[in-house]
Amino acid sequence: MGKQRGIEILVGLFMATGFVALFFLAMQVSNLSAAVNSEGYRLTARFSNVGSLKARSPVSMAGVRVGRVEDVSFDKETYEAVVTIRIDPGVDTIPDDTFANVFTAGLLGEQYVSLEPGGSPEYLRDGDEIAHTQSALILEQMIGQFLFSKAGGE
Amino acid sequence: MDTAAQDAAAPEQPPSPCGDILVKIRGLSFRRGSQVILDRVDMDIRRGAVTAVMGPSGTGKTTLLKLITGQLLPDAGSIEIDGELVHTLGTSALFRLRRRMGMLFQSGALLTDLNVFDNVAYPLREHTDLSPSMLRKLVLLKLEAVGLRGARDLMPGELSGGMARRVALARAIALDPDMILYDEPFTGQDPISKGMLVTLIRQLNDAAGLTSVLVSHDVDETARIADHIYVISHGEVIAQGTPEEIAADRSAWVRQFMDGIPDGPVHFHYSAPPLVDDLLPRGVV
Amino acid sequence: MLLDGLARLGRSGLGALERLGRAHLLLAGMLLGVGEILRRPGLLAAQVFNIGVLSMLIIGVSGLFVGMVLGLQGYYVLAQFGAAESLGVMVAASLVRELGPVVTALLVAGRAGSALTAEIGLMKATEQLSGLEMMAVDPVRRILTPRFFGGLIAMPLLAAMFSAVGVLGGYFVGVGLLGVDSGSFWSQMQSKVDFHEDIVNGVVKSAVFGVVVTWIALFQGHDSVPTSEGVSRATTRSVVHAALAVLGLDFVLTALMFGD
Repeated sequence: MGKQRGIEILVGLFMATGFVALFFLAMQVSNLSAAVNSEGYRLTARFSNVGSLKARSPVSMAGVRVGRVEDVSFDKETYEAVVTIRIDPGVDTIPDDTFANVFTAGLLGEQYVSLEPGGSPEYLRDGDEIAHTQSALILEQMIGQFLFSKAGGE
Repeated sequence: MDTAAQDAAAPEQPPSPCGDILVKIRGLSFRRGSQVILDRVDMDIRRGAVTAVMGPSGTGKTTLLKLITGQLLPDAGSIEIDGELVHTLGTSALFRLRRRMGMLFQSGALLTDLNVFDNVAYPLREHTDLSPSMLRKLVLLKLEAVGLRGARDLMPGELSGGMARRVALARAIALDPDMILYDEPFTGQDPISKGMLVTLIRQLNDAAGLTSVLVSHDVDETARIADHIYVISHGEVIAQGTPEEIAADRSAWVRQFMDGIPDGPVHFHYSAPPLVDDLLPRGVV
Repeated sequence: MLLDGLARLGRSGLGALERLGRAHLLLAGMLLGVGEILRRPGLLAAQVFNIGVLSMLIIGVSGLFVGMVLGLQGYYVLAQFGAAESLGVMVAASLVRELGPVVTALLVAGRAGSALTAEIGLMKATEQLSGLEMMAVDPVRRILTPRFFGGLIAMPLLAAMFSAVGVLGGYFVGVGLLGVDSGSFWSQMQSKVDFHEDIVNGVVKSAVFGVVVTWIALFQGHDSVPTSEGVSRATTRSVVHAALAVLGLDFVLTALMFGD
């Protein structure tokens, strides 16, 4: 029976090591620690074009991440993109005249939502909509406009 | 052995009770691919007797045992054990039937990762709820019966071939079966082990009221303990009777097998073209 | 001649189908044997020991070296684009998504799968399986099922260990030797590696590989020709088939999971 017990102890150790490794992957390697989804509050914003913005793209203020995109959907009435944003619970002082932009990190980088605070004393609360938005800059459109204006100028 | 003689003899014997025959085999055929292993075999195995099935290697003796135990299914014919048709049973009914049978394999088939004691205890642990002390007593008694109580802590790898077979025998009788099947028990044994096994098989059969089926090609040992012998060749029963009747049988085939004559109906030479044709290079001459 | 060839093709096709059928019957038998595991957890523990604990050393060492190589190679490529800070992402994503599950499955197939095949094949050759059947014990439930579930449990845990050790190896090389910033190594990794898409999918992958590798190993053993040559062939086939199945399935699973 001593042998059986030794095996059981080692198997227990093996399972514990395996779960520690999984825990390490979950908390230290992946975004699980950052994306505890049920916390914080939800805002929506409408854009005429979100580019390649996706769920879990970062939302930042002054370059610091304050939340994540939870969902991107299409409103078939207004032909706009409806972006649902989850803001971290500590950040509860976003003015209600805040401006939301879809920016690109670097020339070819990932797209993210940048919030630029206005001056209103009223703060946005759970379920509110961000009224002022500016759509993503699409590289092809910009090049197209640039060429067009060049051509028009001559 | 002809039917007229049997018909004449029948009225003299008291009609045997239906339960006298434990295993009744009728028209049993089995083939593997296109090769016929058994061809319309009829056999009766009587309760309490040692029935031997003899024949040269590769004549389907082991296949016959596997058919009796339901490990293989026949292509035609029936096997009836105590009123139950083996090949029609479902898994659980078959397993219930197998608890009443013990089988001794050629290699012993001991579980190599368990010691002697645990090997013998295995079927008991599996099928009964005996207390550990009761289990221990039973296992030691079974080991005592085969003379290996002192070897209980050895691993199968440390046993000689004869000892392994005796341990396997103790395991086969652990559940007190009604019937025990021996697959080539004497093959590869030294004369002393052979003698021990011969005695053991007979003793177990008589003391415990077992029915024994013995598959073997060892003529002398088998003739010493069998009550009834079937001789099969090429999947057919070619002779049957008591050891004395077989010894008196005059057919060339039975004589060749029983007396070990190198050439006869079974040829010494595997079929081949004449030697001269093979040896002379073609084109020469 | 043509007809002979056709007949041969047909025969081998039918043979393959028959083998496939037997393999699935075996799988069904093992899945139905799950009750046996609950009744005798000791059997399962012994197999998790055989497949898991005894593979830990090779998994740990391989994981460390694979992670270190990833750190080295990734650094040289990323540094050319001035993106050495992304080293953490590259190391972690490739380990968690692909290399962890796949390399672990290949190593387990080589170390534990071949041993399982040989063990079962020898038990068949020495009539131990028939012996169990004659004792009215179902060898599929008693011998094969605990091994199957042992492999199924051990594989994801081994893969997690492989990835974790690999990330640490990459950290050691990237941060310790090549001077990548420790903070950005971890933060970039955390922002890009997703728990559901990467970690959970990786675990699902390795669980599938666990099923496939042990299934193939046990089937090859159970279906082997019970001679020494037959068992040796079955062992070879077990490793080759398991490796091919893992790589092929990896492509399919990746396409399904990360293809969006």
